[in-house]
Amino acid sequence: MNLTRRRLLYLLPAAAIAWDAVLAGTPEAAPNYNMTEHWWGFLIDVTKCIGCGTCVQACKAENNVPDGYYRTWVERYHVADWNFENPVVDSPEGGLHGFPPSDKEGGKNFYVPKMCNHCADSPCTQVCPVGATFISPDGVVLVDKDYCLGCRYCIQACPYGCRFLNPQSNTASKCTLCYHRITKGLTTACCETCPTGTRQLVDLKNPNDPVHKFIETHSVQVLKPQMATQAKAFYYGLDGSVR
Amino acid sequence: MANLKNAVHLFRMAAVFAAGIVLFLIVRNIFVPKSFGQYGHYRAAALKEIADKPIMFAGHGACEGCHTDVFDLKSKGVHAHVACESCHGPLAAHASDPTSLQPPKLDVAVLCVRCHEAGVAKPKDFPQVVSAEHSGGVVCNTCHQPHSPRIGDAATASAEKSSGGGQ
Repeated sequence: MNLTRRRLLYLLPAAAIAWDAVLAGTPEAAPNYNMTEHWWGFLIDVTKCIGCGTCVQACKAENNVPDGYYRTWVERYHVADWNFENPVVDSPEGGLHGFPPSDKEGGKNFYVPKMCNHCADSPCTQVCPVGATFISPDGVVLVDKDYCLGCRYCIQACPYGCRFLNPQSNTASKCTLCYHRITKGLTTACCETCPTGTRQLVDLKNPNDPVHKFIETHSVQVLKPQMATQAKAFYYGLDGSVR
Repeated sequence: MANLKNAVHLFRMAAVFAAGIVLFLIVRNIFVPKSFGQYGHYRAAALKEIADKPIMFAGHGACEGCHTDVFDLKSKGVHAHVACESCHGPLAAHASDPTSLQPPKLDVAVLCVRCHEAGVAKPKDFPQVVSAEHSGGVVCNTCHQPHSPRIGDAATASAEKSSGGGQ
């Protein structure tokens, strides 16, 4: 074919449109999963937690979390007598291997699992300068690691200390609420392995979800409500000394 | 026309600005990912990338399809609501191809005390023992069937007869 100037001028826009389509890619959710039908939250029943650390181990195994960093961890609280404002908290290795015997006597003692609260009005997503962290249409706070600059603004913005800079990728990392599992109809790794039912995934858009019904009919609270983050990790049986 | 002739330098500036704007739009088109802004101020394609990661824990539903005998025993005992992979670890690879990866044998002496060693912070109604006093070093599954551990449960007794009280 003789490539004349006229033909080239016809071809160039066509090539540009084709290249556009190649660059675009097609964002799709998993089959049978409709993002608009879900609004994910979490229930932590503190009265059931035994501090075994199975959730921490499961999270590490499922999400390849680097050593010394935690997407979820368990804290042990000791509240002596009247000293409500100054609880003694320990969390050796995030509770990964359970807890050594306590040397504290008397008072209140209990475990509190912590994780990303997947806030509906999250400070971490608001401070990101490049749009690398965001709230998904189904209510999960995620990090786009290919877009993250590693500036750490989000890490200091999170009032719950749930983010860290992954030393392998030098990008922000956090709990994804096992987004790769919940979009396939499974529960999170920590909920799956929790032996006592302390941790439970809840779909706040599904009125027939038994955990949703539990939240509807029981007194639950969130951590640091004064931060107005619209946290969606609900705690049942939480003591007022927990920070 | 005389007025326009005096404004030629303005047209030149306008042309430079127009060229700059076109250049900016071209560069922006190249560097901003196409799915950016589809759902919000982020790259929508990241959702699929995150959702496509492989799973490690198969979920107890995957185990129950094949291991019906263990499931029946477990569902009658006090460990009914403890998922298989709580103790056996992440086994999605085994669930998708049972021959490729055999689950490792478990160290009962370590595993049971992870939950059941007595601790002040544990809920008072949770069964706990001080392992050193409780068994004096005898491993747990000498007496307890791990899938239905309460001694005296009907399910436990019949399982011990058939399997000799092993795992």
